[in-house]
Amino acid sequence: MADERKVKILVAKPGLDGHDRGAKVVARALRDAGFEVIYTGLHQSIDQIVQTALQEDVDAIGISILSGAHMYVFPTLIQKMKEVGLDDVIVFGGGIIPLDDIPKLKEAGVKEIFLPGTSLETIVEWVRENVKPRKVTL
Amino acid sequence: MGLVDLLLKGDKRAAARAMRIVEEEYPEAKELLRAIYPYTGRAYVLGVTGPPGAGKSTMIDKLTKHLRKRDYKVGIIAIDPSSPFSGGAILGDRIRMQDLSLDEGVFIKSLATRGQLGGLAKATDAVAQIMDAMGMDFIIIETVGTGQSEVDIVKTADTTIVVVVPGLGDDIQAIKAGILEIADIFVVNKGDRPEADRTVRDLRVMIELVERKEDEWKPPVVKVSALYDSGFDELIDSIFQHKLYLEKTGRFESHRKDKVKELFVGLLKDRVCSKAISGLKESGIYDVLIDNIYNRKVELYNAIDSIRVIFDYSELKVLLGD
Repeated sequence: MADERKVKILVAKPGLDGHDRGAKVVARALRDAGFEVIYTGLHQSIDQIVQTALQEDVDAIGISILSGAHMYVFPTLIQKMKEVGLDDVIVFGGGIIPLDDIPKLKEAGVKEIFLPGTSLETIVEWVRENVKPRKVTL
Repeated sequence: MGLVDLLLKGDKRAAARAMRIVEEEYPEAKELLRAIYPYTGRAYVLGVTGPPGAGKSTMIDKLTKHLRKRDYKVGIIAIDPSSPFSGGAILGDRIRMQDLSLDEGVFIKSLATRGQLGGLAKATDAVAQIMDAMGMDFIIIETVGTGQSEVDIVKTADTTIVVVVPGLGDDIQAIKAGILEIADIFVVNKGDRPEADRTVRDLRVMIELVERKEDEWKPPVVKVSALYDSGFDELIDSIFQHKLYLEKTGRFESHRKDKVKELFVGLLKDRVCSKAISGLKESGIYDVLIDNIYNRKVELYNAIDSIRVIFDYSELKVLLGD
């Protein structure tokens, strides 16, 4: 384990939605799969999430959202990430999201959406496949 | 502009990327650290340690806000443990500090211990150097929640703050040994609790019992309440008093020199050992050796003693300008 380059993932809960069980369960599963997970806690503004991702130099952001505000949160997040130069950070999410919205979210730049009932193995496997440490040069 | 120039200008994204380079020990780390080294050594390093749940993160959040009021820039390194089984980690110290994430003059970095014992992460010092170079006035290092022997913070910090909480009678017992000796300042957190004054008294008695030379520092006990935002001006005063004491007595320099020694020896051990192991593995001896020791054909100490290490200091002498 020691020499392996760690993948860092930010797990965040935006806005007023206070249901964080899912986020915590996913964070724990990712930890058990060997990832380093930064967990922000509840009620994060999009600016806070972007700043945290930037300072922690994460490779991906996982957003848990059950409030219905996903059509605002995801595109705004991705836009603000671009503004600060985090274009190469992967965004994925999970929560109660209508099927019709998923293609629109993907078009906005969300890499994957996990719906209720998704197994933890599926999420962990997806992260393993799709998230690699971002390249960095001097 | 290169990463180094940006980071020296205080650019947060560049700093974060630089921290990743040192944390993952990418080959670029050497050049990076060399480039920023002349710009380090300016920041004052505070170490914050104490048992899990003592409120270290919350206390740091409040302390930082007070330091910001006085216009100091603050870098925070928050360390949490890695799982010994998966190697993964959940870094959650930020939860109590998220108000600070949008403050221009604050930078928070979470680090996982990645198998390192002693309460710190291996990259702690390198990350602190980057924060120093980016222009932070104070660097606050929060150790993992500690028991009695995670005292590495003393070597890293200029001032070590031990956070305790009232109400746990056994707490005082627990800090009798290791932690009592490492504190430059005691903070009794959750000072709004009724038992807080008693904890303060108990600690002061304990501190009085320690024998000291006349000019030696006596750790103050500061009661704070993050809930009522009280006690933090007094805490900052204590920090500056300790800084002044270190400078006046020449201990600041000697302490920092000890730190350099400590880091040098630690890194050297690390390097020599991993070079030896990878050499053994490459030549295919390693597994055979372990088998032979296990089968009692070769004795461990004899095996170690039979390894010849050749050191070459010529490049080092060039570095020293010899």
